[in-house]
Amino acid sequence: MDQFLQQTLSGLANGAIYASLALAVVMIYQAIDHFNFAQGEMAMFSTFIAWQLIAWGAPYWVAFLVCLAISFIGGMAIERIIFAPIHDAPALSHVVVFIALTLIFNAMAGFTWEFTIKEFPSPFPAELPFKTTLIGPHELGIVGITLIMLGLIYVFFRFTPVGLAMRAAAASPDSALLVGISVKKMLGLGWGLAAAIGAVAGMMIAPVVFLEPNMMLGILLYGFAGAVVGGLTSPGGAVVGGFLMGVLENLAGAYVIGSELKLTFALVVIVTVLLFRPAGLFGRVVVQRV
Amino acid sequence: MRNLHLATAAAAAALWAGAAMAGNAPGVTDTQITIGNTNPYSGPASSYGTIGKSIGACWNWVNDTGGINGRKIKWISLDDGYSPPKTKEQVRKLVEKEKVAFTFQTLGTPTNSAVHKYMNKKKVPHLFVATGATKWGQPKKFPWTMGWQPNYQTVGAIFGNYILQNHPNGKVAVMYQNDDYGKDYVIGMKRAMGDAYAKQVVKVETYEVTDPTIDSQIVSLSGSGADVFVNISIPKFAAQAIKKMHAIGWKPAHLLNDVAASISSTYKPAGVEKAKGIISVDFYKDPNDPEWKDDPETIAWRAWMDKYYPGGDKDNKMNAYGYAVCHTMIEVLKNAGDDLSRENIMKQAASLHKVHIPMMLPGMFADTSPTDFYPIEQMQMTRFDGTRSIRFGPLISAETE
Amino acid sequence: MTSIDTKSMAIPANPATTSVLFGVKLPTLKLAVTIIGVALALILPFSVESFTVFQLTQVLVYAIAVLGLNLLTGFNGQFSLGHSAFYALGAYTAAIMVDRYEIAFYWTILPAGVICFIGGFLFGLPALRLEGLFLALATFALAVATPQLLRYEHFEGFTGGVQGIDLFKPESPVGALGDDQWLYFVVLVCGVVLLVGARNLTQGRTGRAMMAIRDNPLAARTMGINTSLYKSVTFGVSGAYTGIAGALGAAVAEFVAPDSFTFFLSVWLLVGMVIGGLGSIPAAIVGGLFILYVPNISEALIAQFFGDDPSAKALIGVAFGCFLIFAVYVMPNGLAGFVRWFVVRYARPGV
Repeated sequence: MDQFLQQTLSGLANGAIYASLALAVVMIYQAIDHFNFAQGEMAMFSTFIAWQLIAWGAPYWVAFLVCLAISFIGGMAIERIIFAPIHDAPALSHVVVFIALTLIFNAMAGFTWEFTIKEFPSPFPAELPFKTTLIGPHELGIVGITLIMLGLIYVFFRFTPVGLAMRAAAASPDSALLVGISVKKMLGLGWGLAAAIGAVAGMMIAPVVFLEPNMMLGILLYGFAGAVVGGLTSPGGAVVGGFLMGVLENLAGAYVIGSELKLTFALVVIVTVLLFRPAGLFGRVVVQRV
Repeated sequence: MRNLHLATAAAAAALWAGAAMAGNAPGVTDTQITIGNTNPYSGPASSYGTIGKSIGACWNWVNDTGGINGRKIKWISLDDGYSPPKTKEQVRKLVEKEKVAFTFQTLGTPTNSAVHKYMNKKKVPHLFVATGATKWGQPKKFPWTMGWQPNYQTVGAIFGNYILQNHPNGKVAVMYQNDDYGKDYVIGMKRAMGDAYAKQVVKVETYEVTDPTIDSQIVSLSGSGADVFVNISIPKFAAQAIKKMHAIGWKPAHLLNDVAASISSTYKPAGVEKAKGIISVDFYKDPNDPEWKDDPETIAWRAWMDKYYPGGDKDNKMNAYGYAVCHTMIEVLKNAGDDLSRENIMKQAASLHKVHIPMMLPGMFADTSPTDFYPIEQMQMTRFDGTRSIRFGPLISAETE
Repeated sequence: MTSIDTKSMAIPANPATTSVLFGVKLPTLKLAVTIIGVALALILPFSVESFTVFQLTQVLVYAIAVLGLNLLTGFNGQFSLGHSAFYALGAYTAAIMVDRYEIAFYWTILPAGVICFIGGFLFGLPALRLEGLFLALATFALAVATPQLLRYEHFEGFTGGVQGIDLFKPESPVGALGDDQWLYFVVLVCGVVLLVGARNLTQGRTGRAMMAIRDNPLAARTMGINTSLYKSVTFGVSGAYTGIAGALGAAVAEFVAPDSFTFFLSVWLLVGMVIGGLGSIPAAIVGGLFILYVPNISEALIAQFFGDDPSAKALIGVAFGCFLIFAVYVMPNGLAGFVRWFVVRYARPGV
């Protein structure tokens, strides 16, 4: 039983990692109505920036905030410089550009910081106030941060004028323009926010998996899976999806099929969930008008 | 009958001599030797690319110091992204278009497998491949291919023997990377332990390189009640394992494979306190071990890194590996003198007699013969004491098939 | 709304056949380009060294795989990141037949296609319920799981596990042709047959149904098109094309291993398809050329600029990424889209 609990909790900790990235995925999806396949590499690159600042002597929270600012501006810049000129290009051409960005960020990080794994500090205390070997302080911290981010995003999209405008701009750009929303600005803002959320995710993930240029390769898959299984339009769904992926993956690996086919099993589950809920667990089904 | 034998031998000798004098290999001129290589400079295995980069830096140093027997080295190292079909393309380009004299340190097991037969059909030396699979040392079947590092099965066998001697009644947990590298270690362990393997090993877990974490595996392994842990993983996952084991309070005897036995790329990120007591094996110096702080070879290595590979990471043990393997190649080319035919290069590679290679552990050497295509077969066990990896026990020579 | 919008990728309709470009009637121009292409394909293998012939063979193999993907995405609007799985299935079918059962390579091509058709059709059934990004994730999952399945220890007896399987390319039975040239022509013949097949398929009734489903599934259904059947069959045909490419690719590389068929292969096929142009059949060749040569060009460029600096090798990925972005900037609808645009822009109505 202790084993089972431990597997579940360590699955939750992994799930928090996926959930935090899934949030960034949903954020950009809300803003541009599309997946950003480069999200993982952008988050990795942001984390390296924070790592560099810390290595230069900056205190953790200074590095954290500066990194958020840089990521926000960087995200907006990517939208302005790279995507604005090809705004009218077909969606799959955008996918190719996402792939290109993935390659570029990955190679730049490898060139600048090399591939040796780097230790990234955790902002949370080293010891928990109560004694347990079931979950570590950082893991608990990630769960907390993920839930806080979720709350902020929820409030942002539900109650702030900017958030509402952003959703409108993504869902129906033409109508949004008619009611005076600057779709251009919203796009840039969405990119900036997604990059910043990705940076937070990266800085939370790095202390667990260690920082290196290929850190996000595996996580991105589960992050996407979490977001899709949860339903792309729902930040809450994405978080649930992320946690679900983490727990499911651990329990399946430990009790069902062994670690050798863990990945395959997780993916079978994704497809099965999608078969029964084609728009994800919490996603809105889009009704097409003829 | 006897005479006939003699005559055949004489004819063979004449043929050999004829071949040797037939002239130099393609890619060799009076001033230059062209050497080909493939490495994963892009893609998911790009962390290994630093080996190719450090060897490139080594040739720059060789060329700056006058070359080898008056010839400079032209090093053509191409990116294969760790994809076997691309390796095939790049190696064919090197051999057929760039006309390299031979290839050296092409990296990866699946990638080298893709060109194994091609190189032997073309009779191009396929030297010191950068993989620890056992299949690179078959002089009869593949006379043009030679490995370099001790093979993975040997290390597995060393661990197996260690368990038999020191934990004859221990319960063993094993974790390995689910690919050829991980599986080869397990084969070696099984070979050494025989029936004891089935009896003693209570739990086996694997991971994929793309797995985000291996926490779940560690939890499962600790739950098996094992008191010996054989950990066959790359630095990233080794460091994760060390951390997780500490967090859940699992303290078995920890046998960690040589691939991850590095102070700055595994123990430091995980926390040196948590890594205390880890047992491993090694054959070359970890330049970040305080043990080698004043070692002339390590000092020379640092100076070389500063000058020729300033972008490289001195924390990365692989850069010492690249340096050492490059020196093995230099030795072969020096010995070949002015006869740089492919036959002679292969012959020289197969006749290294107890050659000392810089950055190898003291007392170790590279040794080959026409029937022994495993240049480095010795290793020594180490125990990490919190600051340095203390070597213990004799140099272990691998039994070679 | 949650779908990857494939409609806007549809390339503008053909200009009138009487239009004139460069003073030549369009159909004549098209014929001329085709003849030049065929002539080049026939002459090239005799005028370049055998290494280049080998590269061109690989280009054709990728082109066939891209064509398969294009049938699914460009013509039918279904998005796949999982075609490396079909490529692997075809490659392993050929390799296992040659290696275990000692069947001559030529007899493995068709079975590879059939098996992949069945595989594609079966995968297409659940995929019916998925659209856009959800389908993308499901196929992505397939691609990611493929190497793991190929390595699985209980399949090792067949797949050779992590060690993969060696096979030899067929020897040339014609004295005048080298082995590389012979294989080139084998692949070329397969490619031409498949290309003509794809052309006939897409220009006929079936093709119109496929495209109707892409452009408006609801309307298509109303018109009495059995969308489920068409979509699954398209998935099957697409899988078969890519599987045949896999079988041919196994002969070109003379080796199959799990690491040859990672998810990145799917990504390159996708990139090749987009750069070539969606919904265009000849564009597959452009895709094949791009997949093979642009990484090499990026590498050469970095070597040119940075010389012997060892650290610069890490920048190959940057150069390749920049190439991709550049290609999308210049030709947002792929080369085929660019050509269509050029024709529409500069062709004059003829008499």
